[in-house]
Amino acid sequence: MTTTHTLSVLVEDKPGVLARISGLFSRRGYNIQSLAVGPTEEEGISRMTICVTVDDFPLEQVTKQLNKLVHVIKIVELEPSTSVQRELVMMKIRADASVRSQVLEVTQMFRAKVVDVSPEAVTVEATGTEDKLNALRRMLEPYGLREIVQSGMVALARGPRSIAAHHR
Amino acid sequence: MTTARPAPPGTPGPSAHGAETRRPAPRTGAPTEQQDTNLQAPVQPDAIRPTHVDPSPATGAQSLVRSLEAVGCDVVFGIPGGAILPAYDPLFDSRLVRHILVRHEQGAGHAATGYAQATGRVGVCIATSGPGATNLVTPLADAMLDSVPVVAITGQVGRKLIGTDAFQEADICGITMPITKHNMLVTDPAEIPRAIAEAFHIAASGRPGPVLVDLPKDVLQAHTTFSWPVETRLPGYRPTTRPHSKQIREAARLIGEARRPVLYVGGGVIKAEASTELLDLADETGAPVVTTLMARGVFPDGHHQNLGMPGMHGTVAAVAAMQKADLLIALGTRFDDRVTGDLSTFAPEAKVVHADVDPAEIGKNRVADVPIVGDAREVITELTAALRSADDGGRDARTERLLPWWDQLERWRQTFPLGYDDPADGTLSPEYVIERIGAIAGPDAIYSAGVGQHQMWAAQFIRYEKPRTWLNSGGAGTMGYGVPAAMGAKVGMPDTTVWCIDGDGCFQMTNQELATCAIEGIPIKVAVINNGNLGMVRQWQTLFYEERYSNTELGTHKHRVPDFVLLAQALGCEGLRCESKDDVDRVIEQAMAIDDRPVVIDFTVGADAQVWPMVAAGTGNDQIMAARDIRPLFDDPEAGGADEVPA
Repeated sequence: MTTTHTLSVLVEDKPGVLARISGLFSRRGYNIQSLAVGPTEEEGISRMTICVTVDDFPLEQVTKQLNKLVHVIKIVELEPSTSVQRELVMMKIRADASVRSQVLEVTQMFRAKVVDVSPEAVTVEATGTEDKLNALRRMLEPYGLREIVQSGMVALARGPRSIAAHHR
Repeated sequence: MTTARPAPPGTPGPSAHGAETRRPAPRTGAPTEQQDTNLQAPVQPDAIRPTHVDPSPATGAQSLVRSLEAVGCDVVFGIPGGAILPAYDPLFDSRLVRHILVRHEQGAGHAATGYAQATGRVGVCIATSGPGATNLVTPLADAMLDSVPVVAITGQVGRKLIGTDAFQEADICGITMPITKHNMLVTDPAEIPRAIAEAFHIAASGRPGPVLVDLPKDVLQAHTTFSWPVETRLPGYRPTTRPHSKQIREAARLIGEARRPVLYVGGGVIKAEASTELLDLADETGAPVVTTLMARGVFPDGHHQNLGMPGMHGTVAAVAAMQKADLLIALGTRFDDRVTGDLSTFAPEAKVVHADVDPAEIGKNRVADVPIVGDAREVITELTAALRSADDGGRDARTERLLPWWDQLERWRQTFPLGYDDPADGTLSPEYVIERIGAIAGPDAIYSAGVGQHQMWAAQFIRYEKPRTWLNSGGAGTMGYGVPAAMGAKVGMPDTTVWCIDGDGCFQMTNQELATCAIEGIPIKVAVINNGNLGMVRQWQTLFYEERYSNTELGTHKHRVPDFVLLAQALGCEGLRCESKDDVDRVIEQAMAIDDRPVVIDFTVGADAQVWPMVAAGTGNDQIMAARDIRPLFDDPEAGGADEVPA
């Protein structure tokens, strides 16, 4: 059975670290579904959120191999039930004056925002889980989806603890 | 036998070329001979290495050389070129780091590996940017798969030129990312000492491996400061060496319960310097020991508990013991496919205790019932201690319980000993040649090998009694490893006899390093097991491709191209030839008597000898063939008849 896992990886912010990690996944035969990188509360340390679809057994192998990379400091697998997971999407929807209000209505229902508007189109920004963003897309697609861009997932464990706290 | 143009006694060997032959300087303690003025300053083994240096001005290149001196490096193998050139200027003055000018960067890389495998210290190679660096790719991949501590230093184009497809630019960090334990591009000259300190630390600690340090030319030329020691900053690198005591107790419990245990010992035990501790553990358990291709020598072949090598060309006793075991105690080994054969039928009845310093190896190929992450020496020491305090009746009771197992093991060992027949066509037997080299040079010598039939025979028919006496390319199977690795080993162990057992195919890949050996005074001995063919490939063509010998004949018999005796002489070595069994001992002894220059012996042997036993690729270990069409049955009704030939 294949499942999607979300790995939160603390890495040293060094040149090439992204290539090291993505290269490791591809050469060991794993597909990265999404990957997001950004700074952390600590200078010099970045956090990657990696979504990967694997069987249960080899996930252990890939985390062990990741741990061997000198620039990888810590890896935690985040379960959907105990973490907050978010993606960001921007969609450019064909919407002239005749349908604009309908598009705006859908946008409001999903607590999305209009970030750009022109006579023929609106650009909608939304954050949420994959399911919510897919639902929004299904609702807006009939008006004409001209362009879409989506970020990789970012995620944080629920509760007061920080995975970075103990890495030193 | 013919001896081609032996140098008359008293005349300088062909190696001299007018210059004094340089003896391996670093470790002999002998006075260094007169130097040619254009040679590097004499290395002084007694010179004191700096342990504390206050910040002082230096160029990046000086900082590099001082860092190498401070970190304990005594020899580097390399070739200069444009981008690395600044480093060669201060290297010229070093009294602590000897530079050995090789003929090809691949030779530098394998020499560093051979040096590291023979001495246990970090081997160092150095090359320029672009093609110099890419020529290190094969030896780095080789060192990665065999977990050898090697540091490669490469020049890089200046920082402003990086990414512009400049002359001799190659993204060597990108290229070697999957084949190094770690690599780094140093862009700040002030970071050179830390980079070198970290590279040596990463290469040698945990599971050893190659580390590459890429240095742009302008970083080497820049003015900076050097100070020592430096603080390493590796928050993500913390190898686990202390095993978990609960896991040790659990392993001891399984050993106490086992009736058919096998100690499955790999190269990690050599790297952990744990051969003495292994003897204690073997004694305490009474269990048979199998030593993998990478571990030959870590447990004495003369020890009655040693069943030999497991795997594709292992002994029947070793392979059968693992197949029938109820417990495998795997130490510093990784269940490689050459050992396990078809994984699904490997050691089907065995529980597994798997100890390795690399947690990623545990459970990678075979599920471990008791995983132990730790340094092999600490694991073995603690396991022996746990057994000594276990309440399973102690050593004598354990040995007693294993008597029926040993009855079975002895039957296999006696029914299917390693052996060979002299070729029916009267040609010289390659196995005999290798066996005699081992017998005459003895267990104190170091043996390196290329890859192929001669490698397997050298693993089988030389008796290894000590660790670090058998060097070969086990994981990568790099043809051409033998000569440069022997060179590196001899530099590290100048008072030890070093033999390279090579094939005529392998020898033609890297024999140019014999010129290095001749000029630099590195008197290795090379036995070219010349069967005129790429022998192992030919064996497979014989067995699996209906004797269709596509592109395996090299012409070293038929055309005598090259003539290895003349080639040896051209490279500044003594060249000998041996073609008959009666001459074998005499020629080996003649080679043993020469210690002022390298020796190459062309052993012209039969082409049809085969490596046996054999587990054909893709089949299970139960299908092991002791010889062609002869399969031990192991009392297993499912093992099939002896006439079945696996394809």
